Amino acid sequence: MKGTPARKTDLIDRILASDKAISILVVLLGFLCGTILVAAVGRNPAGMYTAMLQTLTGLDITRGTWNIRYVGEWLTASLPLILCGLSLAFAARTGLFNIGAEGQYIVGLTAAQFVAIYGPQIPVLHWALALLAACVAGALWGGIVGWLKARFSVSEVVATIMLNYIAFFFSRWATMQIPGANTYRTPTLPETARLTSPLLDRLFNGSRLNLGLFVALVSCLVFWFVIEKTKLGFELRATGLNRDAARYAGIGVTKSITTSMLFAGAFAGLAGAVVALGSFSYGRVLGGYDNYGFNGIAVALVGNNTAGGTLIAGLLFGMLASAQPLMQSRQIPKEVTWIISGLVVIFISLRAGFRLLSDRRAKRRTAGLKETRDE
Amino acid sequence: MNDLVRMIPSVLMIVSPILIAAVGGMICEKAGIVNIALEGLMGIGAFTAATVHVLLESSTPLSAWIAVLAGGAVALVVSLIHAYASISLNANQVISGTGINLLAIGGTTFMSQVIFRMERTEPFKLGMMPGPGGIYPTAWVALAVVLLSWYILYRRPFGLRLRACGEHPQAAASAGIDVRRMRYLAVMASGLLGGIAGGCLVLTQTIQYTGNTINGAGFIALAAVSFGRWQPKGVAGASLLFGTAVALAIYMVNIEALRVLPSEFFSVMPYLITLVTLVAFSGKDYAPKASGLTYEKGA
Repeated sequence: MKGTPARKTDLIDRILASDKAISILVVLLGFLCGTILVAAVGRNPAGMYTAMLQTLTGLDITRGTWNIRYVGEWLTASLPLILCGLSLAFAARTGLFNIGAEGQYIVGLTAAQFVAIYGPQIPVLHWALALLAACVAGALWGGIVGWLKARFSVSEVVATIMLNYIAFFFSRWATMQIPGANTYRTPTLPETARLTSPLLDRLFNGSRLNLGLFVALVSCLVFWFVIEKTKLGFELRATGLNRDAARYAGIGVTKSITTSMLFAGAFAGLAGAVVALGSFSYGRVLGGYDNYGFNGIAVALVGNNTAGGTLIAGLLFGMLASAQPLMQSRQIPKEVTWIISGLVVIFISLRAGFRLLSDRRAKRRTAGLKETRDE
Repeated sequence: MNDLVRMIPSVLMIVSPILIAAVGGMICEKAGIVNIALEGLMGIGAFTAATVHVLLESSTPLSAWIAVLAGGAVALVVSLIHAYASISLNANQVISGTGINLLAIGGTTFMSQVIFRMERTEPFKLGMMPGPGGIYPTAWVALAVVLLSWYILYRRPFGLRLRACGEHPQAAASAGIDVRRMRYLAVMASGLLGGIAGGCLVLTQTIQYTGNTINGAGFIALAAVSFGRWQPKGVAGASLLFGTAVALAIYMVNIEALRVLPSEFFSVMPYLITLVTLVAFSGKDYAPKASGLTYEKGA
C-alpha cells in the first residue's frame, strides 16, 4: 500500500474524520440521488429546486412573485422537526436510540390539547400551562423507557416502538371522549391556548409561524447548556461514550439513562404542543402518525447530535417538508423528499463502515512502514 | 361463540401476513441481525404485488401468485441495502433499518405517482380468491413458511450454523462458518418473506396499495418475534394472538358482547402485551446473544 499518493488519502481521511464534512456530504449525496431519480422518471429536476428556493426565500422565479409567507411556513414546518431532533440527539448523547420520539410527541400533543380545552382561559398562562403539560407528559413517556432499560434492561428500541402505538391508540381514545369530539376533531380550541402571535403574523404575511419558534430556540439553548456546560451533561455524555468506564468513575449509569430519556421525551412532548397549539385551531383525533418523531431521527443524525447541528438539520428537513406542495404543483412527485430523507439516513448509517475502511487503510499503511505483514 | 367461529377466516387472513413477516424477522435475528425494516419491506412488497396484479390481472389467472412472488423479489433486493450496510460496513442496524422504512414510505408512493399518476396504485378488480371454508390460501403459505423455517433452523446443519452466527459469531467463525455469508442469507430471507407478506396482505385485505396499507403490521410482526421468544412455535402463537386482536378491533362492531369496549382497546393489545412480557421476562435471555451486534472478522 506504499504506492498510494499521500495527498489524496489525506484528504479522504480528513473528510472521514470530520462529522460535519460527512453530514454535508451525505446531504449532497441524498439530493443528487433525488435529482437523478426525478430526471429518470422524466420530470424536470429544476422544478424541485425552484420549489426549494421559493420555500427558502419566498421568491417564485417561475412567476417572478415574492411572498414572505412561504418563509414563515418553512420555519413552522421546521419547529417540530428541530424539537424531535433534539429529542433523538439528547438520547443519542447517552448512547440510547430513541425511536420513541413519535410516541412522546403524541402524548405531548394530547396533553396540550386537553389543557387547551379544560385549562383556565387566562392569556399567556393558558398556553404556558399547556406547554408545561406537554413537556411533562412527553418526559414521563420517555422516562418509562429509560427506567425499563435501566431497571430491567429492556431494549429501548423495541420498548419505544411498542409505546409509540400505545400512545397513538390511547390518544385517539382519550381525545374522542372530549364532549363534542367526533372521529377526527374536537371543538375549536380557545384563543388563549393558541400560540399565535399577531406580530409574527404581520411579519410573515399571515403564515402559521407562531410562538413555537421561541420554544424551539430556547430548547436548543437548554440542550446545549445541559449537555455541554453542566455536571449532569458530562455524566450523560460519559455514559454514552463508555458505560463501564462511567460506572467505574462513580457515575450512576442507571440514573443517567432514565434522566436522558426524561429530557428526550420532554423535547418531543414540546414538539407535540407546538404543532397542536400553533398549527391547528382544533384538537385532532390522530388518524395516523404525523411522522415528526421518525423524521427527527434523520434530523439528529445529520445534526451530529449537537444543538446547533440539529437546528440547521431541522431547518433543512423542514424546508423539504414545506416544499412538498410546491413540488407537486410543478409535477414533481412530492415523495422525492421522503426518499431524500431515507437515503440520507442510510448513507449516515454507512459512516461507521467508511470509518472502518479508513482505519483499515491507516493500519495497513503503518504495517507497510514497519514492513510487517498485515493480519 | 358463533360470531367467533365465523370470524376465523378473517382472523387467518390478518394473521397470515404478520406470521410470514415475523418468521422473516426471526430468521434474521437468529443470524444476529436486527431487522426493524420489516414494516418498510412489507410496504415495498405490497406496492409491487398490487402493481403487478393490476397489470397482469386480465391476462393470466396466476396473476395474484406472480404478484406475490414479485413483491418478495423486489423486497429481497431492497433488503440487500440493509445487509450491505449492517454486515459489510458494520453500520448501526437500527439506523439502516429506519432508513429503509423512510425510503419505503417515499419510494412506494413516488412510484405510484410515476406509474399511475396518483398517490396510490390503481385498484385491482379481484384480489386473491378464498379457498374452501372461505380461508385464503395465504394461510397455507404462512403455515408452510413456519414449518419450513422450523425444519431448516432446528433440523438441518445449515440452521444450526445460522443460529450459531447469532449466538456467538466468533465461535461460529472458528468452526469454519462464513458468518457474513450466513448473515447475508438471513437478511435476504427476511426481505423475501417481508415482501411476500406485504403482497399477501394487499391482495387479501384491500383493493389497492396506499401509504396506509401496511399500517403497523410490520411492527406487530417485530413484536411477535420478541413475544414469541425467537422460536417458530412461539412466533406462530404470538402472531395468532396479535392477529386476533387486530381482527377484533375491526370486526367487534358485529359482536354484541364486545361493543362496550372501544376498538382502540383491541388495537393496542399486541403492543401492550409485548411490552409487559418484555419486562416480565427481562431477567431471562431468550434473544440470540449476538443479535444487533456488529461482527468483525478477527476481532
